[in-house]
Amino acid sequence: MTAKRSQSKKAATPTKSAKRRVTRSAPPKAGFGDFMKQAYAMELEAATRYAEFADQMEVANNREVADLFRKLAGIETLHAKKILEQMGWKTPPADLAPFRWEGLEGPETGEHNDLHYLMQPYHALQIALRNEQRAAEFFASIARRALPPAVLDAAREMAGEEREHVELVKDWLARVPKPEKDWDVDLDPPNFND
Amino acid sequence: MTAVAAVAFTPQSYKSDVKPVWCPGCGDFSVLSAVTKALAKLELPPEQVAVVSGIGCSSRMPAYTNCYGFHGVHGRALPAATGLKVARPDLTVIAAGGDGDGYSIGGNHFLHACRRNVDMVYIVMDNRVYGMTKGQPSPTTEPDWDSKLSPHGTGLREFYPLVIALASGANFIARAFAGDPNGCAELIGQAIRTPGFSFIEVLSPCVTFRPEQRDWKAMAHPAAVTPTDDPARAARRLMTDDGFNIGVLYAGSRSPYRPQQAPRVKPAELEKEFAL
Amino acid sequence: MNTATSKTAGGATSVSLALAGSGGAGVMTAGNMLLEAAAQAGYFGLMTRTSGPQIRGGEAAAMLRIATYAVEGPDDRFDALLAVDWQNIARFSAEIPLDAQSLLIGDPAQGAAPEALLERGAQSVPLALKALAKSIKGGWPNMVALGLLAGFAGIPDDAVIAAIRKSMKKGGDALAASIAAAQLGMAEAQRLPHRMPLAPPQGRRSGRWLVTGNQAAGYGAIRGGIRFVAAYPITPATELLEWMAPALTRVGGTLVQAEDELASINMILGASYGGAPSLTATSGPGLSLMSEALGLGVAAELPLVVVDVMRTGPSTGIATKTEQSDVNIALYGMHGDAPHIVVAPNSIGDCVRATQWAVTLAESLQTPAIVLSDQSFGQARAVIERPADLAFTGRRKLADANTKDYKRYALTESGVSPMAIPGTPGVTYTADGLEHSERGTPSSQASDHLAQLDKRQRKLASIDYGDYWADVEGDGELAVITFGSCTGPVREAFARARADGLTARLVSLRLLSPVQPEKLAKALAGVKRALVIEQNHSAQFLRYLRAEYDIAPKLTSFHRPGPLPFRPEEIRHRLIDWSRL
Repeated sequence: MTAKRSQSKKAATPTKSAKRRVTRSAPPKAGFGDFMKQAYAMELEAATRYAEFADQMEVANNREVADLFRKLAGIETLHAKKILEQMGWKTPPADLAPFRWEGLEGPETGEHNDLHYLMQPYHALQIALRNEQRAAEFFASIARRALPPAVLDAAREMAGEEREHVELVKDWLARVPKPEKDWDVDLDPPNFND
Repeated sequence: MTAVAAVAFTPQSYKSDVKPVWCPGCGDFSVLSAVTKALAKLELPPEQVAVVSGIGCSSRMPAYTNCYGFHGVHGRALPAATGLKVARPDLTVIAAGGDGDGYSIGGNHFLHACRRNVDMVYIVMDNRVYGMTKGQPSPTTEPDWDSKLSPHGTGLREFYPLVIALASGANFIARAFAGDPNGCAELIGQAIRTPGFSFIEVLSPCVTFRPEQRDWKAMAHPAAVTPTDDPARAARRLMTDDGFNIGVLYAGSRSPYRPQQAPRVKPAELEKEFAL
Repeated sequence: MNTATSKTAGGATSVSLALAGSGGAGVMTAGNMLLEAAAQAGYFGLMTRTSGPQIRGGEAAAMLRIATYAVEGPDDRFDALLAVDWQNIARFSAEIPLDAQSLLIGDPAQGAAPEALLERGAQSVPLALKALAKSIKGGWPNMVALGLLAGFAGIPDDAVIAAIRKSMKKGGDALAASIAAAQLGMAEAQRLPHRMPLAPPQGRRSGRWLVTGNQAAGYGAIRGGIRFVAAYPITPATELLEWMAPALTRVGGTLVQAEDELASINMILGASYGGAPSLTATSGPGLSLMSEALGLGVAAELPLVVVDVMRTGPSTGIATKTEQSDVNIALYGMHGDAPHIVVAPNSIGDCVRATQWAVTLAESLQTPAIVLSDQSFGQARAVIERPADLAFTGRRKLADANTKDYKRYALTESGVSPMAIPGTPGVTYTADGLEHSERGTPSSQASDHLAQLDKRQRKLASIDYGDYWADVEGDGELAVITFGSCTGPVREAFARARADGLTARLVSLRLLSPVQPEKLAKALAGVKRALVIEQNHSAQFLRYLRAEYDIAPKLTSFHRPGPLPFRPEEIRHRLIDWSRL
């Protein structure tokens, strides 16, 4: 095997996520309807992921961060609902097959690997910040393509909204305490059960 | 004929309400998610699917799904899955577990399951460590990795499960990465659709005992070659594989093990040979 | 209610404390430090732990008993439970029994204590643990908790500080902060509604040990001569292996992590065949896997030791909890007629000698020995008197080189035939699981089979097992027969029952196989009735006694499955009731 194996034993610190692997990025489907479906799928995936994160934090007895992720899930759900309302879709569109994103998952979807059972609200909001930034970039990059005007307009509008979200998260971040240096220290060893 | 309303299967349909005890950050969350996505895409009713496992962190998976589950003893997921599939060929059988469960105590069964080529999927969540018993080296652990049971590392060359699977006759061999849940879901879906023994090794980082595995995100990459059906070519690729090639690495065409099961005589016929 | 946490005029003789918390609270670490502090101060103690199913972040509790006398089991109740937070702590309510005299101390910032902990009338005491910890730069709540509980029990400052220093070898600011936090906790203890200061410690601290049952068994094995271990990790035996891995290397031995239990047992058979005293450690599920190869050990007359750290069964059961339910498989788990040795330590300190003895017996009788330890020994940490050295004599009888007409399985009078070790010229043989002649050649002859079965049985009766086969204490017409981890609580129940004028005899078996009818008859001479106490659902030990012995006294059973421990009061109560029948 020629793989270089990392021997670093540093504890995981979810402050900076490694650059996401870029897969072949496909342009969004041509029509406005398809574009909005993709936007909806993005919000839905983000909401679902935040809800999963909240569940995990609850099991790890990290109530504070669980509540925060629950809040974020709620916010994304609202965004998704807004799209349904804007589009006049009475029921959510059925064909939300995984879209091709720039990265491995939707731009607004948090990565499982970024969680830590001792993480603090600051860390959770860092994840949210990155998500919103990526979402803004995603829409901005669509707005730069040669696509029907309706799509470009919508993309610009969504990019603007996501940039607002970025500011909101930054505000929120300023209001939570910065973690201490030893935030991830657990004096007790891991537990084992089988 | 009246149209029957199609039941919409979403990934949520396959999730039970039992919350996983895995550590936040564990790769297995993505694999669970990928399994549910694959099943939803294939529109398999949950009651038609059985998830069979052994013992270990990854082996906790059955209870976290809404499918039929079998949480057996350490290392014996494959025999249990084999028995189930042979007796009930109509079910979709997924065997799941970790690298310790599958390659160490389960090693022997792994060889023979590949040989037997029963139509099932085997998903190994490989984190190169024994998580459940507190961090001992597993067969895929690097030789120089320190641990309490093997200070200074085992010094043993690690196991190459994909090569073993190929040599033993597995019909479909793939590698996935938990950091790419959609890609993982794709591969699982393909594996389910492919008849015969389909083996997927999923690189699934252990955030508690192998925090350095965060680096896998940067190391996993799509396989630069198309899947082959030539075992010799596959063998060369797999022996020189860097451990991080993602995708289908071998797709053969062995027909799956399918014992003849339609009855041909009534039981009473059988005593004729004893009659004087 | 008669409790042991009696306050004599000079202070309490035993105090039970629990420290609970979740997700990184560090309660185990603090619990261990508290035990260390008690040890430094000259007290005895016992610490066990419990936790939720999560690997990280889960709720956990450290349960301690600190006493002026050696304690071998938990008390009936806890004097105080301090919770760093309440998340899911209610799940421990059965394991941490509280009553109206107990203090339930919690941080008001974490909300109200759960109902399940309050229902027996424990007194709720608010303590702003987090705020107190924050008042010290780098201070941790669990250190404040440590100090508070130490103050509650009257453990002197210097002992607490010594314990913290020992644990935080890196020193520096973190050490200073932890000490300051603990001192703050000790000061806060003065403001508790009441405290349970311990009476002055007894005896000399030096010469005592702070050790777990798993460590003790590992040490006993090395003392007995074990130099090769092959094993597979399994809860709750893994720490025994983790302790032995470096320890063996230091004495020139080797530990191999095998791929599974089948490999483990066969590896030690091979090593033993080569002359090395060998051992493996496992739990119920692993022992099940080893059945076939253990039979090979019996048939081929190969010495080996298997330590079974029993856990709650059957099957995967509850890996982290205790039970005494492997009696059946230890005694009867092999197919065919396969007599072998089964030994059961009856205290944490006893794990040293019992394992050492098992090695000696296995080697001298050339057969497998199973040591029945359990999770309540293996994973508990205790301050104990250093176990007295027992010189067990007995080693492998080796064949001399070039013995004329060497027969490995010669029908000697004792049944023990000299064993040739590979490398010795002129006495080569093939060890075989197949039935064999005296030479070791496979044989299907009825006469050979009978002769070898007789030999393998006879040899187990060829030595005097001495006094160590059981602990026989006390006198009277009533007796309690038990083994293993029930022994400690029974002893304590006896001590308390004396105050009620009840005297009884205790027979705690260490040697379960081969049976010792004469010795047991002697131990039960004059006894009219016996209560058999054990921790399993089907009274396995009672059935074994009934099957293997002609017991004169009438037997009654007091049995219950794991995981909750037997407590002295319930045994005392049962004894009193039963004695009056």
